[in-house]
Amino acid sequence: MTQKVAITAQNVVKAFGQGAAAVRALDDVSVDIATGEFFTLLGPSGCGKTTLLRLIAGFEMPTAGKILIDGADVTEMPPNRRPVNTVFQSYALFPHLTVAENIGFGLKMQGRPKAEVAATTTEMLALVKLDAMADRKISQLSGGQQQRVALARALAPRPKVLLLDEPLSALDLKLRKKMQVELKRLQTETGITFVFVTHDQEEALTMSDRIAVMSAGKIQQIGAPREIYTRPVNRFVASFVGETNFLPVTATPQGARLSTGDVIAAEGEGSVLIVRPEQLRLGPAGVGAGLAAKVTGVVYFGTDIHVNLSLADGTALTARVPSPVDGGADFATGQDVAVTFQPGAARLIRE
Amino acid sequence: MAERSFEVSRLPGFATVAIAVFVLLYLPILTLVVFSFNSGPSIAVWQGWSLHWYTDAWNNEAVKGATIRSLIIATAASAVATSVATMAALGTTRRAAFGGQTFIYVVINQPLMVPEIVTAVALLILFGVVKQATGYQGLGYLILAHAAFCTPFAYLPIRARLEGMDLSLETAACDLYANPWQTFRHVTLPLLAPGIAAGAMLAFVISLDDVVITEFVKSGGQDTLPTYMLGQMRRAITPEVNAISTALLGLTVVLLTLFFILTRKKN
Repeated sequence: MTQKVAITAQNVVKAFGQGAAAVRALDDVSVDIATGEFFTLLGPSGCGKTTLLRLIAGFEMPTAGKILIDGADVTEMPPNRRPVNTVFQSYALFPHLTVAENIGFGLKMQGRPKAEVAATTTEMLALVKLDAMADRKISQLSGGQQQRVALARALAPRPKVLLLDEPLSALDLKLRKKMQVELKRLQTETGITFVFVTHDQEEALTMSDRIAVMSAGKIQQIGAPREIYTRPVNRFVASFVGETNFLPVTATPQGARLSTGDVIAAEGEGSVLIVRPEQLRLGPAGVGAGLAAKVTGVVYFGTDIHVNLSLADGTALTARVPSPVDGGADFATGQDVAVTFQPGAARLIRE
Repeated sequence: MAERSFEVSRLPGFATVAIAVFVLLYLPILTLVVFSFNSGPSIAVWQGWSLHWYTDAWNNEAVKGATIRSLIIATAASAVATSVATMAALGTTRRAAFGGQTFIYVVINQPLMVPEIVTAVALLILFGVVKQATGYQGLGYLILAHAAFCTPFAYLPIRARLEGMDLSLETAACDLYANPWQTFRHVTLPLLAPGIAAGAMLAFVISLDDVVITEFVKSGGQDTLPTYMLGQMRRAITPEVNAISTALLGLTVVLLTLFFILTRKKN
């Protein structure tokens, strides 16, 4: 990587409990996060993503391994001396302070002059569009406004890295979409490195520069959103990020042979063929090439429809096709169709 | 339509029992208050309205001395008890669970469980030894004794408040460059203040009211208001005692009302 590195985790292990009952929340995790990057830790609950965030913040100490911020070893440093700030899932705003006092808290604790604290607070209030709320109590704010205060409070001391622990999970869908755009804008405007924890794959795909997909205390894959989606390295990544059809295959010189006997050209190597539902095309049966399949169910989603299919040997597949305009092509249960793959859509992965 | 759930107030005789209980609880207090305004010297025969027992009590040097002593002891003891209780509450809630935690709870709350008379005798013996050795005869013994049995009363509301406080607030302060002392000073303490005030008030009321331990520990001439009243009872009872009791009752009601306001859960 030619860019400057903001955060390095070196062979980090975090075990909770002792002896045989110990659980490894993080199992030998190494990652470099570049300066100015929007980096997302994506995974199901219990995968270790929040633990990694808490280790970077300093709320926990690793059992083994090192954490570096801007090249300096901070493994043993308490949180109040690390140049990182956190946006908590619960926001953790101080209920006895006003909005402005909350935002200025970090600067005040650093002992900055009063004038500077006031000026930065005003600037931050404008940045998150809460100018009119400066003297309100936290309890007088809506959930979305509290979210903005939490962001402003964490950004005010100009941290080298901003850590965000599922900050959008308490918001409703509309507001969440709005905040996704807002967060990306803030990150671009401030140029601060963001480390964002989420279990929502769509959130990760839309906002991130790079994503680390985590499972069972390990990083499964690190890459740009497109790379993660189009070239997942294993079954976990393929199934956690987006929907995928998995087909068992055997490798032959001509390509991957399906259980039905059909042979398909596919990149990669391994014994499982993956193809995304939206990369399947359905045509009339018996015309041209394609796998013979029978429609077993149709689910209408508005923007598109999901067609459940069964190949000749009973293997199940799902195709996602654009919603038919009135009178356009639609599918009915029991119908015979020919399934073709978009060129390059099929990939082989290891189990 | 909705299924009727069990409600104790629907049981037969509920109203009767409730009224009987309230009468038993409050009739004696009411009688006490009424007779404090009696113009005659009897606490049983009504002879008309008067405030002269209040003025008698006010002008009685012994009552004045005992009142001042009571207030000094209660103030000092509740200050000591509240400080100790605050530290104990922080120590038992703001750290990872540790072995022997239950034992610590028992030690802190020991005065609630050990019979008061046992504590009283124990303190009498211990302080006897100390008095012999040091020659000090002052109010310090009473203050220490009161602080000891007031501590659990101060501890309970403070601990309850701490347990209801989100630990992530202190984590957030730490994340925002506050060192442990700043975190305590700017986040924990302001949020804990209502709990501390409530604990202090409860300790104050408990100290003000104590008879048994005080009676055993006090040296000559160290009567508090309750022990003075007890002494009076041994001789002729006059409504002066009623007047003092009524004044104490008034003070207690005010403090306990404040206590409930402070510990009330916010919606």
